Amino acid sequence: MKPTKAMLKNCLHTLLAAATLAIASPALAAGGHALPYAFEPDTGNTASVRRGAANFMNYCSGCHSMRHLRYGRLGQDLGIPENLLKANLMFTSDKVGDHILSAMPGEASKTWFGQQPPDLTLESRYRGPDWVYSYLMTFYVDPTRPLGTNNLVLPGASMPHVLWELQGLQVQSEAHAADGEAAAHGEAHGPQFELVSKGKLTPKEYEKFVADTVNFMTYAAEPGREHRVSVGIKVVLFLILFSVLAYFMKREWWKDVH
Amino acid sequence: MAITPNPYKTTGLLGWIDDRFPLTKLWKDHLSEYYAPKNFNFWYFFGSLALLVLVNQLLTGIWLAMHYKPDAAQAWDSVEYIMRDVPWGNVLRYLHSTGASAFFIVVYMHMYRGILYGSHRKPRELIWIFGSLIFLVLMAEAFCGYVLPWGNMSYWGAQVIINLFGTVPFVGPDLVIWIQGDYIPSDATLNRLFSLHVVALPFVLVGLVVAHLIALHEVGSNNPDGVEIKKHKDPNTGIPLDGIPFHPYYTVKDIVGVGVFLIIFLGVVFFAPDGGGYLLEKPNFTPANPMSTPDHITPAWYFGAFYAMLRATPSFAGTQIWGVLVMFGAVALIFFLPWLDRSPVKSIRYKGPIFKIALALFTVSFVLLNYFGMQPPSALGTTISQIGTVVYFLFFLLMPFYTKIDKTKPVPERVTYEAH
Repeated sequence: MKPTKAMLKNCLHTLLAAATLAIASPALAAGGHALPYAFEPDTGNTASVRRGAANFMNYCSGCHSMRHLRYGRLGQDLGIPENLLKANLMFTSDKVGDHILSAMPGEASKTWFGQQPPDLTLESRYRGPDWVYSYLMTFYVDPTRPLGTNNLVLPGASMPHVLWELQGLQVQSEAHAADGEAAAHGEAHGPQFELVSKGKLTPKEYEKFVADTVNFMTYAAEPGREHRVSVGIKVVLFLILFSVLAYFMKREWWKDVH
Repeated sequence: MAITPNPYKTTGLLGWIDDRFPLTKLWKDHLSEYYAPKNFNFWYFFGSLALLVLVNQLLTGIWLAMHYKPDAAQAWDSVEYIMRDVPWGNVLRYLHSTGASAFFIVVYMHMYRGILYGSHRKPRELIWIFGSLIFLVLMAEAFCGYVLPWGNMSYWGAQVIINLFGTVPFVGPDLVIWIQGDYIPSDATLNRLFSLHVVALPFVLVGLVVAHLIALHEVGSNNPDGVEIKKHKDPNTGIPLDGIPFHPYYTVKDIVGVGVFLIIFLGVVFFAPDGGGYLLEKPNFTPANPMSTPDHITPAWYFGAFYAMLRATPSFAGTQIWGVLVMFGAVALIFFLPWLDRSPVKSIRYKGPIFKIALALFTVSFVLLNYFGMQPPSALGTTISQIGTVVYFLFFLLMPFYTKIDKTKPVPERVTYEAH
């Protein structure tokens, strides 16, 4: 049965190729560099996403838009009634059909920050939830920067540490500052920062705050995600049943092929 | 031979139609009395699956085009509009974007089957040529479609690919401007790629698929043994002894293939439409920006091998055109396969060790090329790509020699088949 062996071998090559791709993908997805934090978003946790929405509206939406997301869609997906939506989350508009636009004037913001604060609708899909989580966790005091803070994953970020009130201020611990490149690429282990002034939230609470926010941003990047997954389960279950029946139908027909 | 209307003498409504249009004849010629060899194996699912994916692309494409705006200022937003505001728009888009990759997987497997069992050999050369043309048009179609979302990777991908034409001696730079309709990829470029993607290329593609099938049904299907089933016919009926009617036997069998394929395909569509950044690239989740280049520009995975060849070819005599020639040459060589293979047998089952080694080396090279074509340039990657490119070309160019001297095994008279 040599020929079958050759065929198997060829099958194997194809499978190997697919496996190589599958293994290579997570490493690539991180953009080649390991980030200081890994974060697995959970958009199914509606309570967390809802808190994240409030975080975003209160702390981010002053400068950053989510111009592809409508308030109404947000309310619908997160189960927030219209009156609560209007009272708690809608600061620049009173029409639920409107997109989430910041009040920041575009041209003026360029002179203030050097660039217009980017739209964040798809940030979590563009950079990855890991990146957004790491970004919000790693602002540190850097007197050489015009606004007094710098960021580990986006060095030279134009954005000030908006959440300093909550997180407090941290400095790069000396060992890590000396590591330089290695630390920036997350190759060093252990705590990278020391908190020098306490914020309103404890470090644990701040982590949760950031996690909620990133969950919301991941939801916002693809509001249809939960729906497609739930539909997908039904579709695949149906197809398994369908394929089994189709197989028995095939076997029945092929009985007379000799 | 004159055309006889209604050769099967049908009556009633069907008879009325058959008097005017060969409905029964078409049904019989192509399905219920098209005799296919009974020994098709796993590899033979990919033909019908390619048809399925084509229909998926056409249907989802029609509905996407109802909402998409081919305008550089609106294209990106219209894609997000489809993802959010169009009912089932996200599923439509994922079916189409995943479908593009599925098309290439299925077509690559389908072509590989041809190489394994000699499906390109006489008298099936034209089927292979039509198939190669389908592959070529599919590549153009995929490239045009890739640009349409007007994300940053779309934009820079377009820039890189269109600039390949800039390497043409003398007229290169003017040619690029002519193709783009501007000095950089812009609204004019997007509009013409949209036109090609939704009108011209699908039209050609469907036409070629029809020609591919007509040619196939004229000569009959090959099989894993590479023997002609038409050589042994039932003396009374004239039906090949090893042939079975495509319908119902292969229709019911292909439906099983469709079921299994759809589990995998729709699994990706519903659970992992990004495909780990390979099906939908992260840099494409930010709008096209001529001022900001993505960290490293990668082609879609299905062009990886050809892109690797492009990058691996060094410039020479002050021009980069060699890489472009190598890349297009690699596709062009596929067309010549029917005449490069000089083996007395068709199927790998009866071919000798030299062909098997050559095919194994070719397979490994193609996979490695594909992998390194998607990686940022590296010294190791370049070396491996260069070796891979040489192996790819030698597989084709040396084929007339090694298939001739290779030891072959005796081919059976009839197909090998065990009922199960």
